[in-house]
Amino acid sequence: MTKLIYFAWVRERIGKAEEDITLPASVVTVTDLLDHLKTLGEEYETALQFPDVIRVALDQEHVEHDEPIGDAREIGIFPPMTGG
Amino acid sequence: MTTSPTIRVQREDFDLQGEVDLLSKGKPGIGAVVTFSGLCRDEGGTLDALELEHYPGMAEAEMMRIAEMAIERFELNGLTAIHRYGKIAAGENIVLVIAAAPHRQAAFDGANFVMDFLKTSAPFWKKEHGKDGVAREWVEAKGHDDAARDKWK
Repeated sequence: MTKLIYFAWVRERIGKAEEDITLPASVVTVTDLLDHLKTLGEEYETALQFPDVIRVALDQEHVEHDEPIGDAREIGIFPPMTGG
Repeated sequence: MTTSPTIRVQREDFDLQGEVDLLSKGKPGIGAVVTFSGLCRDEGGTLDALELEHYPGMAEAEMMRIAEMAIERFELNGLTAIHRYGKIAAGENIVLVIAAAPHRQAAFDGANFVMDFLKTSAPFWKKEHGKDGVAREWVEAKGHDDAARDKWK
């Protein structure tokens, strides 16, 4: 099981803050993960329809979309940051 | 001796002078202290508050990483970075960065560097609350923030 955590409008559009899911073996990279999530329902499709703006962190570290997920236990998915 | 930054993510407000005193206490080598504080502006009277969401754990870790880069790059004597979360009313503090160095240029640059990286890579998000009390939109990331960060490369 992998823990997915969503923030800001990604969280609002998906409709939950976090969930545990089992990733299919075909999911290797972050791009694969986003593509897979989009098949889970309309809310995921809406939240992730512009993957270029989606930021992903593996075990709380920023990664690019071509990064292999490896054995990450926690994956954060969120929009560009607007703190400060 | 290596300088370790002070990093905090908290709901409550912070005290500028108190944090400066804490940072500079017992460090007579400091010749310059630059303090930056970011506030919630009212956008011409239309904004009531901002809701600040963060990624607990990662927010602190990213702020620590940025602070350590700044200390090494500008040879700072000390660095404090505090970011608030939760609902912050117009006029209230959001973020504080204090950089201390032997000379002013390193202190200015250190504070500037930390803010530029914090805005683009520390996991915080702002949602606007309008004057009428209804929640409005999430604040959009700005291209000029990326440009500000990239000038340090």
